[in-house]
Amino acid sequence: MAVIRWKPGFFGWHRDPFSEMDRLRREMDRIAGAFAGGRGIAPGAGVFPALNMSEDDHNLYVRAELPGVAPENIEITTKENNLILKGERKIAAEGEKVSYHRRERDAGKFRRIISLPTRVDAEKVTAVCKNGVLTVILPKAAEAKPRQIAVESQ
Amino acid sequence: MADKDLQVREKQELQTEAEHTRPGLVFTPTVDIFESEQEITVLADMPGVASDGVTIDLHNNELKISGEVEPQGSETERYLLREYDTGRFHRHFTISDRIDQSRISASMKDGVLRLVLPKAEKAKPRRIEVKAE
Repeated sequence: MAVIRWKPGFFGWHRDPFSEMDRLRREMDRIAGAFAGGRGIAPGAGVFPALNMSEDDHNLYVRAELPGVAPENIEITTKENNLILKGERKIAAEGEKVSYHRRERDAGKFRRIISLPTRVDAEKVTAVCKNGVLTVILPKAAEAKPRQIAVESQ
Repeated sequence: MADKDLQVREKQELQTEAEHTRPGLVFTPTVDIFESEQEITVLADMPGVASDGVTIDLHNNELKISGEVEPQGSETERYLLREYDTGRFHRHFTISDRIDQSRISASMKDGVLRLVLPKAEKAKPRRIEVKAE
């Protein structure tokens, strides 16, 4: 039998939706963790490229491994708190005189959209591509930055 | 081929018979290997590897390619989403042809290694004429 916590609400007794959501989220995290072999890797969105996102007090950082993609073939746009990465990886033909032992590398286009967890200052977004790793730096909007509140003694 | 959409491929962790002596993850780069009459070319995807981070070792027909990566991001960052891991790259192949070791050339561009292994004179194919009688 499932045990569900009940709480007295304003209009009598009803199920607490927030604790229920919380439980669901934890359950999903647990399943996701098991799929990824417990290394803390999210199962991914199934859309190229795989992204890592991190933050510090001032910026959000979105990174993707895009080996062989020339910087001029990457298009980055922000739209209402979404970041859109578009691009194409081109692999030049090596001529008809060669024969292949292995051919594992893919060419093709990609389009990915990711929603950002905080508001960003769209005017100041920068991106660099170094050794095939793209880093998009998105400065947080002023209202999203952490503020320290001093406690005064009286 | 150009109109195809790229699919996400999970990075393959290296499966080795030898145990790692250094901590950290090791991945196998995806490669293209092709040969012409003159040379064998290896293209390897190694994102995050700078040109001075590549080690190429050819010994007794055994070709080993390794790449060292710099950590992506700084210590002060907290992860919000993590869809890929980072780590060194390593892969090795056996090359059947004789390679002219003195003329091997390698270059890195946008995280892709291009390694050209020129065949030694002896290994180049000789066309054998069939005479009609």
